[in-house]
Amino acid sequence: IAGMALPPPDPQFVLRGTSAEVNTLHFYCGGQEPNYPILFSGSSNGLIHIWNLKTRRVDTILDGHEGKSVYCVKAIYGKDRLLSKSQGRNQKICLWDLAEGRNTVTDSIFTENVGFCKCSLLKVAQQCWLLAVPGKDLDEVQILELPTKTSVCTLKPEVDAKPGMPMCLKLWQPDFGSCPFLLAGYEDGSVILWNLSGGKMLSRLACHQEPVMSLDFDSEKTKGISGSSEKMLSVWSLDEQQNLKIQKMHKLVNAGIADVTIRQDKKILATAGWDHRIRIFGWKKLKPLAMLDYHTATVHCVSFSDHSRPSERLLAAGSKDHRISIWSIYNQT
Amino acid sequence: MDPEPLEVRHAVREAINTLSSSRDGVQISEVLGTIKCYLGGTENQAPLKEREEFTQLHFSAFLRSLVSNLSADWMELLTSDQQKELWDSFFLEGPADQAFLVLLDSIISTGPGFRLMKLISILEQFLQLGGMSALMWEVCHQQAQAGSPTFQETLLNKVVCLPDHLCNKLQGNNLPVFFPQNYFPLLATEIIQVLQRICDSLRGGLDCSVSFVSQVLGKVCMHGRQREILNKLVPCLVELTEADCVWQRVCWRLVERVPDRWMEAAVCGFVQTAPGADVLSRLLGNLVVKNKKAQFVLTQKLLLLQYGCETAVLQSLLGYLALDGLRRSLLIKVLRELLETWGSSSAVKHSPVEQQLHISKAILICLALLKEPEIENNGQELLASMMGGMKCHLDSSLPRVRRLGMVVAESISSRITTDGPRLQFQYEDDDETRELKFLLKQPAPLQPTVRRHDSPSATPKAVSKPSGSPHPGVSALPEERSDSELDSDDDLIPYDMSEDKELKKMKAPVYIRDCIEVLTGSEDLDMWEATMRVLESLIRRNSATVREVSTELVKVLLHLEEKTPLDGFAELRQRALVAVTTTDPVPVTQYLTSQFYSLNYSLRQRMDILDVLALAAQELSQPQVSGKTKPCSAQHPCPQALPATGSSQDWRRAVDERIKSKTRYLAKGRCLAEPACGPNRFSSLAGHFFFPLLQGFDRPLVTFDLLGADHLVLGRLAHTLAALMHFAVRSVAATAMGKALLEFVWALRFHTDAYVRQGLLSAVSSTLLSVPSERLLADMTDEFLETQSWLADVAEKDPDGDCRRLACHNLLLMENLLKKL
Repeated sequence: IAGMALPPPDPQFVLRGTSAEVNTLHFYCGGQEPNYPILFSGSSNGLIHIWNLKTRRVDTILDGHEGKSVYCVKAIYGKDRLLSKSQGRNQKICLWDLAEGRNTVTDSIFTENVGFCKCSLLKVAQQCWLLAVPGKDLDEVQILELPTKTSVCTLKPEVDAKPGMPMCLKLWQPDFGSCPFLLAGYEDGSVILWNLSGGKMLSRLACHQEPVMSLDFDSEKTKGISGSSEKMLSVWSLDEQQNLKIQKMHKLVNAGIADVTIRQDKKILATAGWDHRIRIFGWKKLKPLAMLDYHTATVHCVSFSDHSRPSERLLAAGSKDHRISIWSIYNQT
Repeated sequence: MDPEPLEVRHAVREAINTLSSSRDGVQISEVLGTIKCYLGGTENQAPLKEREEFTQLHFSAFLRSLVSNLSADWMELLTSDQQKELWDSFFLEGPADQAFLVLLDSIISTGPGFRLMKLISILEQFLQLGGMSALMWEVCHQQAQAGSPTFQETLLNKVVCLPDHLCNKLQGNNLPVFFPQNYFPLLATEIIQVLQRICDSLRGGLDCSVSFVSQVLGKVCMHGRQREILNKLVPCLVELTEADCVWQRVCWRLVERVPDRWMEAAVCGFVQTAPGADVLSRLLGNLVVKNKKAQFVLTQKLLLLQYGCETAVLQSLLGYLALDGLRRSLLIKVLRELLETWGSSSAVKHSPVEQQLHISKAILICLALLKEPEIENNGQELLASMMGGMKCHLDSSLPRVRRLGMVVAESISSRITTDGPRLQFQYEDDDETRELKFLLKQPAPLQPTVRRHDSPSATPKAVSKPSGSPHPGVSALPEERSDSELDSDDDLIPYDMSEDKELKKMKAPVYIRDCIEVLTGSEDLDMWEATMRVLESLIRRNSATVREVSTELVKVLLHLEEKTPLDGFAELRQRALVAVTTTDPVPVTQYLTSQFYSLNYSLRQRMDILDVLALAAQELSQPQVSGKTKPCSAQHPCPQALPATGSSQDWRRAVDERIKSKTRYLAKGRCLAEPACGPNRFSSLAGHFFFPLLQGFDRPLVTFDLLGADHLVLGRLAHTLAALMHFAVRSVAATAMGKALLEFVWALRFHTDAYVRQGLLSAVSSTLLSVPSERLLADMTDEFLETQSWLADVAEKDPDGDCRRLACHNLLLMENLLKKL
């Protein structure tokens, strides 16, 4: 055994000032310095903060959700358009125009779902995105096309399937231009693969005993990971016959995974734990790599930046303790 | 009267006369040629009888006359060939013993000049041409026919002291061949030559004595040149004795015949040089049984009286005892004596730790060498001595001694009881204990007859090293790949995950009074644990509340027991106690110091009190940085603080590195951090900590007797007082404290426990450093001088190395103080 392992690193820096729980994070690294990279954060007081990661300060605060918790923030079309979704009786999805210093809501969509499922966005063509959101009925998922807001299809499980509410969604397509798929984690602990073109359920895998809180999918290796409110992480794969199969279960020390994200380079993944901790695993074998202990309350979300230079790729975690911690980890090639 | 002797004498006398008077080269060479005939070895040699007479009676005198005539112009009368033929050859070809003596005598008595140079070069040639072996052979030969003892004695002296004589004579111009590091190895090869001739003549049925060689060897060893001579001699002997019984006998004889007064040096040399037990056994034979002196050295002196041997030497020595039936009884006797010393409480108390380590090692090696039946026969005895020895080791206040005792006791117990429960202590293994345990596991070399045919060279095989991993490469097997996927996450090196533990959900109390309630009454173990974890930070945040309940809280904490296994319980409790003490020092110290001397506390609790006082004093004496108290965990090593946790140091290192990498230095002058400054809060409180502790040490209680059995606590007390004194530097009370402390030291200065003495010496150091020097010399001159004389005594005679070192430091400090005035 070669010596003692290094102690885990401390955060690169910490962003304070949202004064509310941080629910969702989204990096945008595409632009030119000094205004980039930026980090969007959505918090429970309905505000969206746009952080400049160079100055480590808030550039802009967007207020468009009437104080309702913001659950999902995604940048579309560069940073100029932003999509955000709030939670509440009337879930509202806002589309923001941020170009040239504007910050106005250009469009909004109301859905009638009451859960707190994050939506999933997939770019299918120039100027055309698909958005998966939980639908009107409790167990329904609706697919919308943006920016036209037309409903593509509604994915509803068969009557006797009873998977419960969708908890997390992931739209993906094997290669650009082909038919997209949706992976959805449900309340009963199962993950369902949907084919969007037919609106058909392709495969269903019961991978948890408790609701699936988060999932992520690696379309290159056709392998995904999901976390739930129990102590298990489960890794599953999709074979050629479009069947989901459990590949590996990993037992955690403490129960509850709020978010799981695979880094863009498919080397590592991060989990956000209810036990206040962020965990890093190797993606290939799910080898535990690090336990980042900084937050003092549940970590709600983890997100990796897709910076063009790998060495500047960051990991951000948002927590109930109102803080966003930024980490620089495993980014030396 | 026989005319023949007359003729020889006449010829020699005439020759001497001619040599001293004549200045004619031809005549001189003729005369020398004539005399040369008496040496023999030429075609026209004189009859045997004449030759014998010449060599026995006239040779030395003739050589002396040769030397006395020696000068540069006289030598020029002869050609250089003639010089070699007719002058040099007398010294190089004649009887070596006489030639050597004449040469050395003349060198000693000759002043610098041509003659000396010539003699030196002849002596150099003499050595290079194997003169010494010829010399020793001649003496050995004569000895068989009883030679003159005084002559031999002189010769022996000259042979052994040759490097000294020449070094004295030549000073800086000495030749390398006469350096001890060259001369004695040469002597060793010559000895081998002589022994070879002796072996040959023994094989030829002739009697021969090795006494003179033994004497040379013994005397060389006695002169401290064991390493030079034996490093050369032993490997040769090892090789030659390997398969030759005559050589083996000669070798045994060689060692046996070393005179008693030099036996010790020679035997020690052999033990240290021989590369292992079987070799030693081959070289020494049953010497230990035959020779009383050797027996004393091997079984007593090297094992019990000295402790300088290395482990490998101990192994070969004890292994030597074990290799032969005759000697094996000695091994058991030795073990018995070793155990007696090991188990003697006076030895444990008064002998240096290094010696105790030596004895422990010897015991373990003996145990490894003993066979099952031997152990069984002595089982009861072993058990008895183990019990006694264990007790007095565990009584010691030096952790190293305790650990030694535990290891040895465990080892004895594991040898006695082959099945069933064995003695097992709890201690952390360190290099020393691992080495000791490894000694017990080592397979004993029980086969003396094993020959190493595969290694014909005599180079000693390395004795297996006692340290190091006995099972290298066990964990090196590659993990089997369960997955077809070949690539893995191996390039990603995991960080330390040891902190990844289960999260406690329990809500910790947020008020001090709740904490007290939980700690005294609650049966809820989770709550109790959570309380312990937050207590220190609560205390530090709510100083006003703490002041209201400080003594109550301290009382609770002092009596607190670990209700449920909790990692770092001792440290958490200690930190909380320190936090309370620093928050409300006066009442708490009053309480703690009074409790230190009251009934019904365990030694552990009393020592906890001392630790808390010392740590609190340390914290109070340090300047506070912007009102935020540093965690008092042992960042500054304190003799009693709990061991610093590794992670806190990692943390500090990481922070320092990060600060360094993030800091841009604009100018050199700014890289020094501003030293933190603030009032020393301890200076006004020092008396509260110090004096009550000093009050009752000489009043024994029923359950607590500092001057008696509880010397461990006394040692802790001395160390604590020293620490308090140290933190009270530049305070008003320092002078009074120093005086009291020196009196305390004076009262206890002859304590038998080394740990107590170490504490006293630390106390002296901190007094010297903390009390202003003018006060020290004005107000406490008597104490100062008395302490100085005691220190001088300790520095010289104390059995404990640490004590001696501390005393030396103190003496230096005192000297510096006196110099300053």
